[in-house]
Amino acid sequence: MQQDLRVLTGIVKYNNEIAAQVYEMTIAAEGMGNFIPGQFINVYLDDKSMLLPRPISISDGSNGGITLIYKIVGKGTAQLSECRVGAPIRVSSPLGNGYSIKEACSGSSVALVAGGMGAPPMVGLAKALKERGACLDVFLGFQTGAYLADRFETVARDLYIATDDGSTGFHGNVVELLEKNDRVYDEYFSCGPRAMLKALCGYAANVGRNVQVSIEERMGCGYGACVGCSCRIMESGKTTRKSVCKDGPVFAGKDVVWD
Amino acid sequence: MGLNKTDMSVNIAGVALKNPVITASGTFSAKDSGRFYDISRLGAVTAKGVSAEPWEGNEAPRIAESYGGMINSIGLQNPGAAKFIEEDLPLMRAFGLPVIANIVGKTVAEYCRVVEMLNDADVSMLEVNISCPNVKEGGIGFGTDAKMAAELTREIRRIAKKPIILKLTPNVTDVAAIAKAVEAEGADCISLINTLLAMRIDAGAKKPVLANVFGGLSGPAVKPVALRMVYQVRRAVSLPVIGMGGIMSGEDAAEFLMAGADAVAVGTAALVSPTAPVEVLEGLEKFMEEQGFCSIEELKESFKEA
Repeated sequence: MQQDLRVLTGIVKYNNEIAAQVYEMTIAAEGMGNFIPGQFINVYLDDKSMLLPRPISISDGSNGGITLIYKIVGKGTAQLSECRVGAPIRVSSPLGNGYSIKEACSGSSVALVAGGMGAPPMVGLAKALKERGACLDVFLGFQTGAYLADRFETVARDLYIATDDGSTGFHGNVVELLEKNDRVYDEYFSCGPRAMLKALCGYAANVGRNVQVSIEERMGCGYGACVGCSCRIMESGKTTRKSVCKDGPVFAGKDVVWD
Repeated sequence: MGLNKTDMSVNIAGVALKNPVITASGTFSAKDSGRFYDISRLGAVTAKGVSAEPWEGNEAPRIAESYGGMINSIGLQNPGAAKFIEEDLPLMRAFGLPVIANIVGKTVAEYCRVVEMLNDADVSMLEVNISCPNVKEGGIGFGTDAKMAAELTREIRRIAKKPIILKLTPNVTDVAAIAKAVEAEGADCISLINTLLAMRIDAGAKKPVLANVFGGLSGPAVKPVALRMVYQVRRAVSLPVIGMGGIMSGEDAAEFLMAGADAVAVGTAALVSPTAPVEVLEGLEKFMEEQGFCSIEELKESFKEA
C-alpha cells in the first residue's frame, strides 16, 4: 500500500487578521504535495485540552506553501491566530476529495457560490477553473461586511456580494441573489452553511443544473479512521452513510440527504 | 528500527504476534491508516465493530473534545459482516498480520449470527464487544452484568471456531467479577477498557454537544482508570489480557504490560496522530533497549508490587 499521506512540521510564514476575527495564514511545508481545490488539511495543536486536529479548508497554495483562511470560532482557532511567524506548526497532507473540475471545460460558464467561511476554498477553486478556461462568476454571501472579494478580481468575470444586513451589496442571502440575477450557469460550485447549501441545491434542481457542495461536520481524525463525521448520501437509489472527511467534503448536491 | 537482540514477540491465546502493539477497534482503517505508515510493522490489526446486518450509527455530531481526550457516539456504524468479509478483510489480510475481527450485536442471536458469518472467514481472533456505551440494549447491557456476559460468552464459545476475546467496559462496579464470569464460560482472552460513559455540554448553546447526549470518553485522560482495571483483571483471571485506554507513547505501553497486559492496543492516539501505533511500538522498543530488557516477558516480570 502506498504511503502517500504525512503529518509534517511546517513553518508559519504569515498570520494576519484580514477581517474581523478572520485570519489568513500561510504555511511553508516541504513535501506537502499538491492540493485539489476543496481539500483541507488537519492542523495539530500542541495543547492537551485540544487533542483532535482542526480540519481547515485550503484556500490557495503553491511552491510548497499553503494558505488557510480561518475564522476564530473557538479555542482552537483562537490559539491558531496567536501563532507567530517563524513558528513550527504540525499539519497533514491535503485530505478529502476536493471539487471535480474536469467537466468545466474551456468556454463553459460556472458560478461559485459561497456563504461566510465557505468563501476561502473558492479562491483556489476560482484560479483552477480559470486556468481551464471556464468563465466564472462569483457569488459571496456574508452576515455583514465582506472579505476576500479582492481575491477574485483577476479571475472572475463578475463578482456579486450579498449581506444579511444589507451593509454591502445585495440585502439578503446569496441564493436569493442568484435567483434575482436570473442567469443560468452550466455548473455550480459551493461551500457554506448547511441551510444555504440546501437552498442552493433546490435552486440548482429547479434550473436543471449540477451543483457540487462542500459540507461541514465535526470531525475526529480527519482521514477516515474513526467514522465520526457522518452524513447521509443517496447512492443507487438508497440512503447511505458517508464520511465527510474521506468521501467528501465535496458531494454532488443532488445526492445529499439534508434532513 | 527493531532491535535484533530484543525479542518483542508475544503469544495471545495461541496466536503469535511479532510485537505486542495492536490497533484498537474503531480507530483503524486498512485503506486510510495505511496511507500514513507501514501497518505491517505492528503486531496485529483489529477491525472496526461489525454486526450481522449494516448499522447506521447515531446522528451527528458524534465527536466532542474534552481535556486530554474525546467523547464519541458513533454508534457502531458499519456495513455489516458480509461486506466486511468481502471488502475490508482482504485489505487487512494484505499486511501479513493476525487480523482481529470485532463483533457487535443487540441480542445473543445477533452476536451468534456474526460469529457464524466470520467462522470461515480468514480472521485470527474474534473480539466480542460487550461494552459499547453508544448502542442501547446492545453491548453494554451484556458487559455490565456478569450473568449476561457469562451467557453470551457461553453461546459464542459454543459455536466460534476462533479464539474469542471479550472486550470489557469500565462502566461497572467490579470489573474483576465480569472478567471471572467470562473466563468461567470459556473466553480465550480479555481486552479492556472500552470507553467511559460521558457527556459534554456546550454552555454557549445550552445543550449537549453530542446529538446522542452521551458518548464514550477515551484518550490519555482515561489511562489511569484503564491501567487500574488491567491490574485488577490480571490478578483475577489467568487469561491473556490486551490492555488499552489512552496509550499515547511507548512508556504508556510499558505501564500496561507491567500492570499485567500481554499485548496493548492503540486507539484514540491514532486519531490525534495518524502514525501513533507505530510510534508507540518504536517508543516501546527504545524503552526496552534503555532498560536492558531482552523480551516482553522480562519487562512484565520486572514489575514490583508495592
